[in-house]
Amino acid sequence: MAKNVYTCVVCPVSCTIEVIPNADGGFTTEGNQCKRGEKYAISEHTDPVRMVTTTVKIRNAILPRLPVISEGEVPKGKLKECLNDLYQISVEAPVRCGDIIVKNICGTGVNILAARTMKEKN
Amino acid sequence: MKEIKVDVAVIGGGPAGLAAALEAERRGAKKVMILERDMELGGILQQCIHDGFGLHRFNARMSGAQYAQKFIDQLQDTGIEVKLETIVLDLTAKREIYACNSTDGMMHIQCGAVILAMGCRERTASQVLIYGARPAGVMTAGTAQRYINMEGYLPGRQAVILGSGDIGLIMARRMTLEGIQVKGVYEVMPSPGGLTRNIVQCLDDYGIPLHLSTTVTRIKGNKRVESVTVCKVDENRKPIPGTEEEIPCDLLVLAVGLIPENELSRGADIEMDPRTKGPVVDNNFMTSCPGIFACGNVSVVFDLVDYVSQSGEIAAAGAMRYIKGELPQCPEYREVIPGDGINFVVPQRLLKDCAEEDVTFFMRVKKPQKKVYLQCISEGNIIKKERHNSVAPPEMLASKVYVNGKGSPEFRIVEV
Repeated sequence: MAKNVYTCVVCPVSCTIEVIPNADGGFTTEGNQCKRGEKYAISEHTDPVRMVTTTVKIRNAILPRLPVISEGEVPKGKLKECLNDLYQISVEAPVRCGDIIVKNICGTGVNILAARTMKEKN
Repeated sequence: MKEIKVDVAVIGGGPAGLAAALEAERRGAKKVMILERDMELGGILQQCIHDGFGLHRFNARMSGAQYAQKFIDQLQDTGIEVKLETIVLDLTAKREIYACNSTDGMMHIQCGAVILAMGCRERTASQVLIYGARPAGVMTAGTAQRYINMEGYLPGRQAVILGSGDIGLIMARRMTLEGIQVKGVYEVMPSPGGLTRNIVQCLDDYGIPLHLSTTVTRIKGNKRVESVTVCKVDENRKPIPGTEEEIPCDLLVLAVGLIPENELSRGADIEMDPRTKGPVVDNNFMTSCPGIFACGNVSVVFDLVDYVSQSGEIAAAGAMRYIKGELPQCPEYREVIPGDGINFVVPQRLLKDCAEEDVTFFMRVKKPQKKVYLQCISEGNIIKKERHNSVAPPEMLASKVYVNGKGSPEFRIVEV
């Protein structure tokens, strides 16, 4: 049987939430103290998503790695694939914070952005 | 020696110092200078590439680097002078700074007000008693983070993490994603040091085991770590003989706590609080030395950068009050009392005759509890009552209280 108990990470209360399938195909939750918990637990149960944060290679910059972040969440199952794609690429300084580094990463519809501005090496 | 005069000097260009410098200028300081020893601004945020920053302040899930960039970009449109790769050597009680770098040489900086924003440092291997050799491959979580996220090195292949503070948990996930096998996180205390959401997001999500009441007792290896010995501990944190287990690894990451970096503060004879290990501060975040203010992790180790920025802004507002002569030269204080269930409160005291105003108090509770009230009592009256569904020591509480000019406010935790 699939896991159906989740610890909510939305706020510090950290509710333990059980997700129970309904007859109509939907879900109800038990143990959450607020609506945000219900949303989180059902999302974790049906379609877990994660932010992508890693670094990519950058040439001619003050540092060898540029931190990047996804514009939104990607399916948890695609996280590894996204990271692997990002390890293959290399960008050139200068880069501005918010520049799109990869469009529509792995077909998720989510862009990968530079998480900081990085100047070229003097 | 170069003679410099400024209105406000900020020591440290991390999140606290950036927020303080910007706020000082916003409040009318003509000459603001940031002294930063690194080659760029942002402090430790530059190596925090994970998301979760700025939830309170920007209502967004940003990475540490993005959060820092917001402030760094704001500096562009100001007259704030930034001195990078500049080390502050000494600070005097008369608000003089001695600093040097390779372009200005030695500098003597006379300041209208000084804001300390040096942050904190990690406890190292020599501060936790571990027996055995001292091979390569033993490092703090922050060092491993810098190697991986900024310098592009993998510091090992198989790691053991000692300590379950937030940086340790974040690094457990980060190392796993980078292909380092994390054998486990070992915590000497019976409860985790980090936030619950970090346990869930960083350990549970990747199947990394957390071993409570367990510590590392020995490191083996000649040139490089070859293994560590872990051991269960009793309620007095003494290793229990017979529970030892040897774990092969080539990297031991230490996430065993943070200590405010106050060498400069001590040099100026600023009064320190043994609980926070930072300077004792008042409602303006002014230290015992008039005109010298402290904010961010040098005053108390915060767990949210949002609070760090906020404390920088409070200190800057105080610094401007001081420069304008609105604060007493020989201040008298009334204490803020950490009552039942409260470990410490920052600010630790209030100016005796301060105006009626909103003051934000930052505090940590002594133990995890569910369904409680946080009360603030002054002169026998409850002046603030907040319900919390859950409180725990790793989660700092911030409470805004409207204080009047009298009384010693006491904070306490009361069961609902």
